[in-house]
Amino acid sequence: MKDAFGTPQSLLILGGTSEIALATARRLIARRTRTVWLAGRPSPDLERAAAHLRGLGAETHTVSFDALAPDSHETILGKVFAEGDIDMVLLAFGLLGDQAHDERDPVAAVRVAQTNYTGAVSAGLVCARALQAQGHGSLVVLSSVAAERARRSDFIYGSAKAGLDTFTQGLGDALHGTGVHVMVVRPGFVRTSTTAGRPETPPATTPEAVATAIELGLRRRSETVWVPGALRLVMAALRHVPRPLFRRLPL
Amino acid sequence: MPWIPHFGEAPGKAGRYTGFLGARGDTFAGMPANAVPFPGRTTPLTGWGRTAPTATRLIRPRTYEEAATAVRACGARGGIARGLGRAYGDAAQNAGGAVLDMTGLDRVHAVDADGGTVLCDAGVSLHRLMEVLLPLGWFVPVTPGTRQVTVGGAIAADIHGKNHHVSGAFSRHVLSLELLTADGEIRTVVPGTPLFDATAGGLGLTGVILTATVRLLPVETSWMSVDTERARDLDDLLARLTATDRYYRYSAAWIDLLARGSATGRAVLTRGEHASLETLESSARARGARLTRRGPLGRPLDFRPSRFPVAPALVPGGLLGRTTVGLFNELWYRKAPRARADQLQRIATFFHPLDGVPHWNRLRGRSGFVQYRFVVGHGHEEALRRIVTRISARRCPCFLAVLKRFGEGEPGWLSFPTPGWSLALDIPAGLPGLGAFLDRLDEEVAAADGRVHLAEDARLRPELLGAMYPRLPEFRALRRELDPDGVFVSDLARRLGL
Ligand SMILES: Cc1cc2nc3c(=O)[nH]c(=O)nc-3n(C[C@H](O)[C@H](O)[C@H](O)COP(=O)(O)OP(=O)(O)OC[C@H]3O[C@@H](n4cnc5c(N)ncnc54)[C@H](O)[C@@H]3O)c2cc1C
Ligand SMILES: NC(=O)c1ccc[n+]([C@@H]2O[C@H](COP(=O)([O-])OP(=O)(O)OC[C@H]3O[C@@H](n4cnc5c(N)ncnc54)[C@H](OP(=O)(O)O)[C@@H]3O)[C@@H](O)[C@H]2O)c1
Repeated sequence: MKDAFGTPQSLLILGGTSEIALATARRLIARRTRTVWLAGRPSPDLERAAAHLRGLGAETHTVSFDALAPDSHETILGKVFAEGDIDMVLLAFGLLGDQAHDERDPVAAVRVAQTNYTGAVSAGLVCARALQAQGHGSLVVLSSVAAERARRSDFIYGSAKAGLDTFTQGLGDALHGTGVHVMVVRPGFVRTSTTAGRPETPPATTPEAVATAIELGLRRRSETVWVPGALRLVMAALRHVPRPLFRRLPL
Repeated sequence: MPWIPHFGEAPGKAGRYTGFLGARGDTFAGMPANAVPFPGRTTPLTGWGRTAPTATRLIRPRTYEEAATAVRACGARGGIARGLGRAYGDAAQNAGGAVLDMTGLDRVHAVDADGGTVLCDAGVSLHRLMEVLLPLGWFVPVTPGTRQVTVGGAIAADIHGKNHHVSGAFSRHVLSLELLTADGEIRTVVPGTPLFDATAGGLGLTGVILTATVRLLPVETSWMSVDTERARDLDDLLARLTATDRYYRYSAAWIDLLARGSATGRAVLTRGEHASLETLESSARARGARLTRRGPLGRPLDFRPSRFPVAPALVPGGLLGRTTVGLFNELWYRKAPRARADQLQRIATFFHPLDGVPHWNRLRGRSGFVQYRFVVGHGHEEALRRIVTRISARRCPCFLAVLKRFGEGEPGWLSFPTPGWSLALDIPAGLPGLGAFLDRLDEEVAAADGRVHLAEDARLRPELLGAMYPRLPEFRALRRELDPDGVFVSDLARRLGL
């Protein structure tokens, strides 16, 4: 169960090797979290991540989960929920893709769309239902600033995240009053190994900062969290910039 | 329209929702497909502190049979009894399962006006008991800081009042109770048995208390005769309480946790006794008033709690910030007399000052608040001093906190009172870093033969529970035997692994 500050005792991460998710897990383990499920595509990285969290004192399990195989989600995630209550689900998988390449390779572009959007729709619905049956829990979904407004540089990824973002907001409204809390997290540029080498868009942030913002959002039962927080205002302004001008902004 | 099986035919918001997610069919790998739809509402519930809401099927039995049926049909996620929801944390919540609202069982069955006992349903509030009993010259044996608690909640949390050093906790005055257990049977439980000691303070986890016979206290008037004095700091306070507590039936100190430096722990002691008829008459004579129904003092045994307007539903979180609270505490300390004896106060003013403002808990804003009530053993005054100093140094916007010297410990296995010093304060849950701060205080408390009050708790780390409640293994063993399928369960029980 979560405590008065929204800190979970058990955590399910979808996308078990995500740097942001693991930073969040570390932070929550330091507070109350004792059980962690890492769901992801089987790999040495996934096992390494599990071992790392075990070293911090959390009982950690791994489960094989592929966002691109929605038919399997109900069975796989159902088994996790059958083992005991999950206080928080962190939906962290995502695929940034390579915009320039994907524009020329529609199949690759579709994979970006499916991973970020339809994969999340399926996993999100399955988790929402299980959380509703429990009568409690938080579903935290990692969206992105890219979901807020189409950018020339990453609109394939951005459009999928926009779908995910809208989906999550609606799910939050659907689950209002059921004891389940749904939170959309919109980070800006986060410095991770995936984004290393890519041009930074200020204000850039870190996985640890996202983790801190998530912990705060849980305590406040926020519905939307921007990281860094200043992005809320920045994006509110950018949303109204006319397109001819927006196109020319170095974003 | 398809329904989500666990939630039954829920109208309103939940009903709208089930049409959406329920559309995928009625089974799900993680839950039994045969779950029975149970008539009842699905409602998000919290404790009085308004943190950590969870959704439950709320059932309001009107008869013992309905209660027994509800217990038998609880389903996979079990059930728990709830009284008036005055527990601050998650003791009376059960996510995804059933919550039995016991306030529908609210009959006072019999009052023995000569012997001084009452037999009543567990859903009767102490407020109601006072209304019924005071005119007959009797008072409840123990009252907490609010009258709005049920007899069932009073036993299940084994509540204490300002008279703990003299009278012990509530359950010591219970002569017998009827308990609806997991098998759907009703058992009569009397003091001195393991089941009684597990149920007193057992947070509803041994079963649903249906009725209780409670021993009462004779009083001549509905007035309190109150002595007030100020203590300039914590040392002064502890010295005064130690030296003279035994002369009073009721004693507690309001302590200003925002005072710092040499004033750390400054407090106002209010101690009293039920006023005798003679005292009241002489006071009336002095005022030239007569003790009649219309007179300013009413008749000697009239129960007249005052009521103010209900607190607004939505209050900006910052309204009760540090400055406001600090000012309030300052004023209140200054206005208290340095020493004053034999002041007449109404029962409600003396015991339940907050009950005048219904729903005052809303004044704490959206993120709610946590109540931190702990006790440290005698001989651990240093630990108490460290804790008080830490709290003052942190400048938490705490309204008056209450310090009380406890008497003997209780037989209840999970009862809170144990000999020593108890301090209670409420803090806005949104305060940054509060979780980690209270975790550190817990360690201090556990090391000082102390514990926190589970009915008030919303955040204790489970690892410390065993140190705080050494009789926990017995409690768990009894539950395993009495309730092997875990019918009775609450969010608190899940969180702490009770
Ligand atoms: C302003 C204020 C002041 C307070 N002061 C004090 C104080 O001085 N001392 C003190 O000890 N406490 C104090 N409390 C706490 C309060 O007295 C307890 O939490 C009490 O249990 C609340 O009773 P309730 O009827 O509201 O029960 P709830 O809050 O609804 O439930 C509390 C617990 O009792 C169980 N329970 C309720 N009814 C039954 C039943 N029929 N059968 C089995 N289990 C049942 C529930 O499962 C739960 O575990 C205070 C609370 C407030 C809000
Ligand atoms: N980094 C940023 O700048 C940034 C900014 C805003 C939002 N975000 C979002 O935040 C989330 C986490 O970001 P991050 O930087 O921590 O990412 P990351 O380290 O690159 O991790 C991405 C995760 O997604 C998983 N994944 C990819 N495809 C999958 C599939 N088909 N099935 C299952 N898992 C799959 C990866 O698993 P494998 O190990 O199997 O590949 C990996 O665990 C992502 O949704 C991302 O879009 C990131």
